[in-house]
Amino acid sequence: MSMRTPLRPLARILKARSSGENPDAIERENLRLRHEEMRDSTRLRAEGRLLVLGLCFVSAFVVVGLRMGQVAATTPEEPRAVTTGTSILAARADILDRNGRILATNRTTHSLYAQPQEMIDPLYAANELVKIFPDLNKERLIRDFTGSRKFLWIKKQIAPEQQQAVHDIGDPGLLFGPRESRLYPNGKLAAHILGGTKFGREGVMSAEIIGQSGIERYRDDYLRDPANGDKPLQLSIDLSVQSTMREVLFGGMHLLDAKGAAAVLMDVNTGEIVSMVSLPDFDPNGRPTFAGQNASDNPRFNRAVQGVYELGSTFKIFAAAQAMELGIMTPNTLIPATPPFRWGKHRIGEFEGHNYGPNLSLTNMIVKSSNVATAHVAQQIGVTRQKEFLKSLGFFDPTPVELTEAAGAKPLLPPHWSELSTLTIGYGHGISVSPLHLAAAYSSLLNGGTRVTPTLIKHQGPMPKGPRVVRPEVSKASRDMLRAVVAEGTASFGDVRGYKVGGKTGTADKPRENGRGYYDDKTITTFASVFPADAPKYVLIVTLDEAVETSGPKPRRTAGWTAVPVAGEIIRRVAPVLGIRPDIETLALAQ
Amino acid sequence: MRSVYIVLSALFVMGLAVWAYKENYATQEVLRNVSQVQREIGHQGEELAVLRAEWAYLNRPSRLRDLAELNFDRLGLLPLMPEQFGTVEQVNFPIEEDILSELENPVSVVGSLEAIDP
Repeated sequence: MSMRTPLRPLARILKARSSGENPDAIERENLRLRHEEMRDSTRLRAEGRLLVLGLCFVSAFVVVGLRMGQVAATTPEEPRAVTTGTSILAARADILDRNGRILATNRTTHSLYAQPQEMIDPLYAANELVKIFPDLNKERLIRDFTGSRKFLWIKKQIAPEQQQAVHDIGDPGLLFGPRESRLYPNGKLAAHILGGTKFGREGVMSAEIIGQSGIERYRDDYLRDPANGDKPLQLSIDLSVQSTMREVLFGGMHLLDAKGAAAVLMDVNTGEIVSMVSLPDFDPNGRPTFAGQNASDNPRFNRAVQGVYELGSTFKIFAAAQAMELGIMTPNTLIPATPPFRWGKHRIGEFEGHNYGPNLSLTNMIVKSSNVATAHVAQQIGVTRQKEFLKSLGFFDPTPVELTEAAGAKPLLPPHWSELSTLTIGYGHGISVSPLHLAAAYSSLLNGGTRVTPTLIKHQGPMPKGPRVVRPEVSKASRDMLRAVVAEGTASFGDVRGYKVGGKTGTADKPRENGRGYYDDKTITTFASVFPADAPKYVLIVTLDEAVETSGPKPRRTAGWTAVPVAGEIIRRVAPVLGIRPDIETLALAQ
Repeated sequence: MRSVYIVLSALFVMGLAVWAYKENYATQEVLRNVSQVQREIGHQGEELAVLRAEWAYLNRPSRLRDLAELNFDRLGLLPLMPEQFGTVEQVNFPIEEDILSELENPVSVVGSLEAIDP
């Protein structure tokens, strides 16, 4: 800032006055100069501001331009803050047993494919491949390799050593794609429960695994959900028990020359299936194909769930229990038992022409397994009430167990439920159910009388009780009757010391395939048991198909000689594994 | 005074720019590390799955049963049987040694009040 010059400097005014000039001219002159000076400085400031503003704009445009160039020049990249490494691998959830041991898991293998146009020596490669994989067709490989194909699968799954051998061929046209595959480390054990898997849609880099049968298919949605990759599915199966039961059942089946066998071990209170075996079985790691005519001969056929059979006298306890529940009978009520029981032109007799007449108590009816007495009881119960009771035990619907096959196994009921049907169903003929149905019904009847739902999933926390089927007293009386069968009746071979086994045998002749009557020499023998009878924990159903015991002078095909000893041995071996301590039974209690 | 403010704020902005630049590179480095670690976790998980599968395969009940049979003379393993459950009374407790009876010529060191009484 320069010194402010006065508009009318006295010296110049005086000088002008003396020379006669107008002093106002000096003032105007000074004012003009001052205004010019002010204008110059304002312009300078404005120019400076414009320059700064211009610079700002230029640098902003330069930044935008540079960024545009950078964006245009670089390769696109996803933000990497969220990296997923593990979830893609091991996508399908594991299946564990109730103690956390692995029943099904995944492993990484490789698939082998070829791009023939990349191949250097197709003939040599084909030659070497056939040496590694003897099941490949050499001519076909050569045709594919030298033809016009650009891509072909050679093997869906190969082992690491095979992969190394293919590497050693050294042909750039042979390529590997990663593959997840399902592994069942226990082989045949629990094969029918697990079912199996197959590849769904396939790509070079991956293939989806989908459940083919069993629980793998039933719970496919859960197992495939990537969110459940680290949340395994825990079954109610106990691997040790399953193994023991299969071993004993397998031995029993071969000893008794049976065609097939099934066994179900169920927790009476929760309905959890602790073990379920069906023989013959298969290896789920390589599911066999079956070309036979009879579906029940297929090793993949789950006899315990899909096999609906007439289970014979095991049904008698239901008639007895219902009679007690309705209050029309007590365990000591006498029932006429003189054969034959006539109904129209039909005659109902006893097994092997026995005669238990003239009267049997309700308990002895079960102990002796009298058809005639049971028919009398069933007649008193009547058609409607019997149907209602059997429905409440779950005999009218497929079992709700978590297996795909279960939904297809509908019980076979008489199309017209006449009084004759009621009589025969009373002793287990004319109704066909699976061993699993029987296990669930026995559990419901004997656990104190509340309905259980069979399940393969391990239950967490307290189980709510199902709807009441019978009164607790009836349940207790039924258990006492079953205990008497084992202690003094047809199932004495099943009396495992210390475990108070109660049970009922059932021997049913197999129906002929042509639907005309029954075979004389082919039976389905069943033993339905509960242990310990005074405080029930488990129900065990054992069914043998065409079993025969030949140690005596003539072959014996009744359940007492076939299914019962096998069941007894299963209980003797399995109960300690389940942690049940044997009790010292007093003689007074047994009688 | 004003020019001091201007210089200071310019320095501050430059400092911020340097900080942002460094943070940017540090973030990229961390992201690279994370993806590296994730990859490692993936590999480890895969390895773990293989080991678990192998463990399950080697411990399958049929193999253990065969091994128990093969090595019966050394191990003497038998299936669990009901007879193997026992009661507490059946367990032999070690007999406590009676040390007092082994002493020779014991001397009683318990005095009586009568001796002190005047």
